[in-house]
Amino acid sequence: MNVMEPQSQLLMKEEKTKETKRMSGSEAVMQSLINEGTTMIFGYPGGAIMPIYDALYNYHDQLHHVLTRHEQGAVHAAQGYARVTGKVGVCFATSGPGATNTVTGLADAMMDSTPLVVITGQVVSSLLGTDAFQETDVVGVTQPVTKWNYQVRRAEDIPAAMARAFYIARSGRPGPVVVDITKDAQVNELEYQYEPVKAIRSYSPESPIDFHQIEEAAKLINLSRKPLALVGQGVVLGNAEKELLEFLEKSGIPAAWTLLGLSAMPTEHPLNVGMLGMHGNYGPNIKTNEADLIIAIGMRFDDRVTGDLTKYATNARVIHLEIDPAEINKNVHADVPVLGNVKKSLPLLTGKITKNEHSEWLAEFEACSRIEYKRIIEKETAPDDKGLRMGEVISKVSSIFNDDAVMVTDVGQHQMMGARYFRFRQSRSVVTSGGLGTMGFGLPAAMGAKLGAPERPVCVFVGDGGFQMTIQELGTIFQTKIPVKIVLLNNNFLGMVRQWQELFFDKRYASTELINPDFQTIAKGYHVPAVKVTEREQLDGAIKQMAETEGPFLMEVLVEKEGNVFPMVPAGASVSDIRLE
Amino acid sequence: MKTPDKEEFTLSVYSENHVGLLNQITTVFTRRHINIESLTTSESAITGIHKFTIVVFATADHIEKLAKQIEKRIDVLKVFVFRADEIIHQEIALYKVSTGSLLGGNEIEKLVRRYGARILEITPEFTVIEKTGHKEETQELFEKLDPYGVSQFVRSGRIAITKTKKELLENYLKKLETDQTQLN
Repeated sequence: MNVMEPQSQLLMKEEKTKETKRMSGSEAVMQSLINEGTTMIFGYPGGAIMPIYDALYNYHDQLHHVLTRHEQGAVHAAQGYARVTGKVGVCFATSGPGATNTVTGLADAMMDSTPLVVITGQVVSSLLGTDAFQETDVVGVTQPVTKWNYQVRRAEDIPAAMARAFYIARSGRPGPVVVDITKDAQVNELEYQYEPVKAIRSYSPESPIDFHQIEEAAKLINLSRKPLALVGQGVVLGNAEKELLEFLEKSGIPAAWTLLGLSAMPTEHPLNVGMLGMHGNYGPNIKTNEADLIIAIGMRFDDRVTGDLTKYATNARVIHLEIDPAEINKNVHADVPVLGNVKKSLPLLTGKITKNEHSEWLAEFEACSRIEYKRIIEKETAPDDKGLRMGEVISKVSSIFNDDAVMVTDVGQHQMMGARYFRFRQSRSVVTSGGLGTMGFGLPAAMGAKLGAPERPVCVFVGDGGFQMTIQELGTIFQTKIPVKIVLLNNNFLGMVRQWQELFFDKRYASTELINPDFQTIAKGYHVPAVKVTEREQLDGAIKQMAETEGPFLMEVLVEKEGNVFPMVPAGASVSDIRLE
Repeated sequence: MKTPDKEEFTLSVYSENHVGLLNQITTVFTRRHINIESLTTSESAITGIHKFTIVVFATADHIEKLAKQIEKRIDVLKVFVFRADEIIHQEIALYKVSTGSLLGGNEIEKLVRRYGARILEITPEFTVIEKTGHKEETQELFEKLDPYGVSQFVRSGRIAITKTKKELLENYLKKLETDQTQLN
């Protein structure tokens, strides 16, 4: 049976009314992309995708293609682009190694619900299954890390497959989709016409809101004395930032955020009490077990947020607003699950709750903030000793951009520091690898973010470890003239692993110290202007130089070699056991 | 805290009839290290919709999560989870014994009669016996036949039908339609 049957039937009906145009499968890919509103593609050519690249040559005025230096870079760039724009990120890669190089990015996008359509070339259909040159079972390999994938073996199936791919990638809980197209399907001709997909029988992207559940949730909120809202990326993906603030401001409920929920509400909002989880703020973590009500809004209770589940939110009832039914009761039992898009459920809930203030409860968070400031934040952002700290660099970089830049991070200590010390005024200002924790994500993701939000400053924090995992993308930055600001926080260590070794492995620094190249010379080789900061008095000048330089810039800061990120909830411990040192 | 007991569950998975779906479904089990006891696939009563009947031992909590993860696959329509008392189920077993042992006395004939089995084929060398029933029943017959020499034994996966009148999926498909109108 043909997978495209629902669409094929649709096509037959439409054929009577719409005119078709004869073209190659590759040109149909271009037309489909244009029909779906794509303007930007990240990719890397190769044998099995050459017909598609050949067709692209005629479409360069409508489809801007960014040639990365590795397919992993292409996917991460598409992720960065998707995260800041809310559009579907699009990639091209060839068969075999090209396709397998996309797997890390696909897994990352799957974990972080990022909409992607990755188009891979495949060997000609007659060679499928023969171990042909650069043949890989791409559908098999990518199945566990995609929301949907499909192999197209006939040119005439391309428009329907593309329509399905875009619909699935962007609807409901978004995710990555792979369309694997054999070379003969790219070359052969078809009668092209495009019908966007509006529904798939076996797929319910979102549930209608259950009003009874809204009533139940409102009752719990109205009775609660110590409620805490947990804000996740669902708010951003649902474009529900305004609805979130209306809910919070009416209810007076303090709100903490997950790493991916960062920037959904402004940093300075009086009800923003900070970050949840392992390296989150002190208040939200210890107050989780004092709260009598948890209102989870578009978040999934990741283990980095909850710590030991048996000692999590022990005094609280739980309301869970969530689009994905599989997340309900997955990690934390929901007393009142509210399925559906938070864009729709939040206003209904706001309508049912009474106006309230929780000033005493909020004052408890403020007290925690004061403790945290004295014990941690002050030392990190305004240290009185010599060594440069990541926190002070990040805080100052945030300031020079008026707290309104897009922050991209790689993975590790600097990522947690970025989440803690960068400040935000508007949503979709954070691009970071949350669920998968992909080192090497930062630099290529920043390219995509900058191309997606050209009017905003985009600043990427990388460590010396992760930077070298995708450092070749400096070539893309140079060739494509992408004006990203790269802040390399260099401690000559794989800092986060070293921190764990210090705390939990008796300071046995197994394979974490890096003997690094001269990053200044490397930047020079790629024609990216760079500066190196080794002393505190150079920092302000360097940041200013970075902000004022047009085009890309690398600021390398030699930070304290054995700095740690605190607070910290040790892996497997309860959020109540958060350590301040 | 007492760990909840594992029970036997039968999952009815309804999906579009696409290539590769079996793999999509089984990886959900593999990833959670849940062993599939038996698996049968067939068409359902609704045209174009395929049905997987899967038997597993797991805790109720695990099964609930597992079912949601399967439903999350784009081409899967719906998963229903049943305990044994909610369904009528059956398996089929085939046993090959030597025809000589059948002729050597009337014990095998007695067993065939007592267990409601039937003889499918007799050749001078071997005889094939068929029995349908629950796993315990087909297993018991195997154990009874074994002393006479069973040279081959095979048992199918479970097939199951609900005690409700129609396919539960029909109600679900109706609900989908109303959901769709509510959302639009």
